[in-house]
Amino acid sequence: MKTTMLRKAALMGLSACIGLTGAISAQAQEAKEQYLPSLVYRTGPFAPSGIGFADGFADYVTLINERDGGINGVKIRLEECETGYANDRGVECYERLKDRHGGATVVAPLSTGITYALIPRTRADGITMSTMGYGRADAAYGPVLDNVFMVPTTYWSSTTVVMDYIAEQEGGWENLKGKDIVHAYHDSAYGKEPLGVLRHYAEKYGFTLHEMPISPPGVEQRTVWTQVRRIKPDWISLFGWGVMNPTAIRTASSMGIDVSRMIGGIYAAQDDAVKPAGEDAKGYKAVTFHGPGADYPIYQELKKHVYDKDLAAGSGDAKGTIAYNRGLINAGYIVEAWRQAQEMSEKGRPSTREETLKAWQSLDIPEARTKELGMGGLMPPVHITCLDHEGPGMALIQQWNGEAWEQVTEFRKPNKDLVFPMYKASAEAYAKQEGITPKSCD
Amino acid sequence: MMFFLEVLIGGLLAGVMYALVALGFVLIFKASGIFNFAQAAMVLFAAMFMGGMHNDWGLPYWLAIPITLVIMIGVAWVIERVVLRPMVNQEPIILFMSTIGIFFALIGFAEIFWGSRSRTLDVGIPSDPIFLGDMLLQSYDLITAAIVAALVVGLVFFSQKTRMGRVLRAVADDHQAAQSVGIKLSTVWVVVWSIAGLVAVVAGIVWGGALGVQPVMVDVAFKALPVLLLGGLTSIPGAIVAGLIIGAGEALAEVYLGPIIGGGIDSWFAYIIAMAFMVWRPEGLFGEKIIERI
Repeated sequence: MKTTMLRKAALMGLSACIGLTGAISAQAQEAKEQYLPSLVYRTGPFAPSGIGFADGFADYVTLINERDGGINGVKIRLEECETGYANDRGVECYERLKDRHGGATVVAPLSTGITYALIPRTRADGITMSTMGYGRADAAYGPVLDNVFMVPTTYWSSTTVVMDYIAEQEGGWENLKGKDIVHAYHDSAYGKEPLGVLRHYAEKYGFTLHEMPISPPGVEQRTVWTQVRRIKPDWISLFGWGVMNPTAIRTASSMGIDVSRMIGGIYAAQDDAVKPAGEDAKGYKAVTFHGPGADYPIYQELKKHVYDKDLAAGSGDAKGTIAYNRGLINAGYIVEAWRQAQEMSEKGRPSTREETLKAWQSLDIPEARTKELGMGGLMPPVHITCLDHEGPGMALIQQWNGEAWEQVTEFRKPNKDLVFPMYKASAEAYAKQEGITPKSCD
Repeated sequence: MMFFLEVLIGGLLAGVMYALVALGFVLIFKASGIFNFAQAAMVLFAAMFMGGMHNDWGLPYWLAIPITLVIMIGVAWVIERVVLRPMVNQEPIILFMSTIGIFFALIGFAEIFWGSRSRTLDVGIPSDPIFLGDMLLQSYDLITAAIVAALVVGLVFFSQKTRMGRVLRAVADDHQAAQSVGIKLSTVWVVVWSIAGLVAVVAGIVWGGALGVQPVMVDVAFKALPVLLLGGLTSIPGAIVAGLIIGAGEALAEVYLGPIIGGGIDSWFAYIIAMAFMVWRPEGLFGEKIIERI
């Protein structure tokens, strides 16, 4: 009896030792990994946009792990969670993943709706949010939402770049007087985002702004474009999403409207906005915050270390698309922020939430660094301060030639003198409503 | 006046496209009493197979379209065997719920097979503008209307002049009476779902050409629902007339009421039109009046 009990105790002790060793080993393994939850939408109505982004995001992370062995030896552990572009599933993904594998330090929600839902949660958890062009434009005013970053631009900044291009095409701002500009938009908070900026320009430069809401999802738009044709606009700004974009382009074209005078917003600038519209989309323009195509050194690196090793996240058909490039640069900003976080604390150790946030609050990626990353011309440079969570906010105009996007302009600076006070006013109103005390940046 | 006419005609032609989707719902409900929630998924499914076979496999449309038709007949057979047959004599709501399952299963299967990326589906219908004075019509809409008219004529001919058509009408009138004279319900259901599959192929070509083939195509169902409410669930002419009323009504409302209310009203105004008619005729304009003895 005594022998049996001793044997049992010995076995339990041995099991405990093995368990403990395993746990320590797993922790040690985890300790050298930086966890990155990736909220994606590879399924659902908006999947054509989501797949490319998710592939680009994952492939960049694979490149860093395969080529460099991680960031100073810290490998990135990426875990995808499917949101289907639905807010409830996005929140569920965030809650399920945020504390796994040593804890998430940064999240890119990849949806304006999910961003709105996650802002209070990430603030409470101390997790950084990277919202690339989408989400709350006024988060660019740093003192209010100090954990949200609008790198590299916002709806508002990119709209000023569009207006700058239109003014240039018309031979100067003074020539906008008497012109007609239509803003055809997704009838939602997203589509209305640039209205403040456009109304300001209309009042200042004397053109008529025609605001044309389109009911989502926008599968039938004859009525809207019949009215637009009657206006005979000089320029059209299109702020659609999903199927609304190709339907708008196709319907406008079939009504004899010149699509080369249509300029899509940053989320009417993807391949799924033009490809389904076929020949009708030829000549359509759009503003975007990165270079188009695949003619960048990073693609050679990806080929060597990711595609040729059969490690690519997708089937490969998204390479060089707008969505894929956006995934690449978003992952690029996140990785560079962690690199800078390690430089500020300790190289070769995964960054904590506090360290990651601190690095984002002073993120600096000059043009020379984008070239070192093989993304010169693809990734716009960024310089973040406590006050300005957008940075330079640069964007460029691209045009669809029927096969691919062509860059029409170089990166242009937005009119920050106009938009920054707007960010500040809007963010302060939000802070008042939510009871947030803006932090001091002095 | 010319602008009013342009909006009106554009709305009528849009209504024809809504009616095309509504037709698939009507055919199945008429013959089996099932409200087929999966009809829009059948449209997407057919469009993804046609677009996928053409874009990914390089098959010409003249081959991809008949292959898709055969696939839709196969889908109809599977649905009858796997879903409908075990559900015989169940409550209509149970059958309706099972079509919700079919809806998601069809989308899921098509996405697994072809992926979710968008594709073009251009079978060569021209989309050039046609000007009548200052009024613009779209050739795509006119050709679509002609296709739908031909489809309706074909369906009416099939229903009135063929033996199978008479069988379908007999089943539609009274399931039990039809069974008592030796009509096999299972065969009828396969035929009906196959015809709905044919309608889905035509709708897939037309809507896929207009929108591109992408998962959001299932949203065209929301354009067909007010047509069904208005036209009644059992009438093919009802679907056409209701489509025209809904299309014209929402277009005129968008242009003339939209600016007053705030614009972007066409998505919900169609339901207002349908519900207004339902106050007057709850069974829809052409729906069968249900009289039950107590």
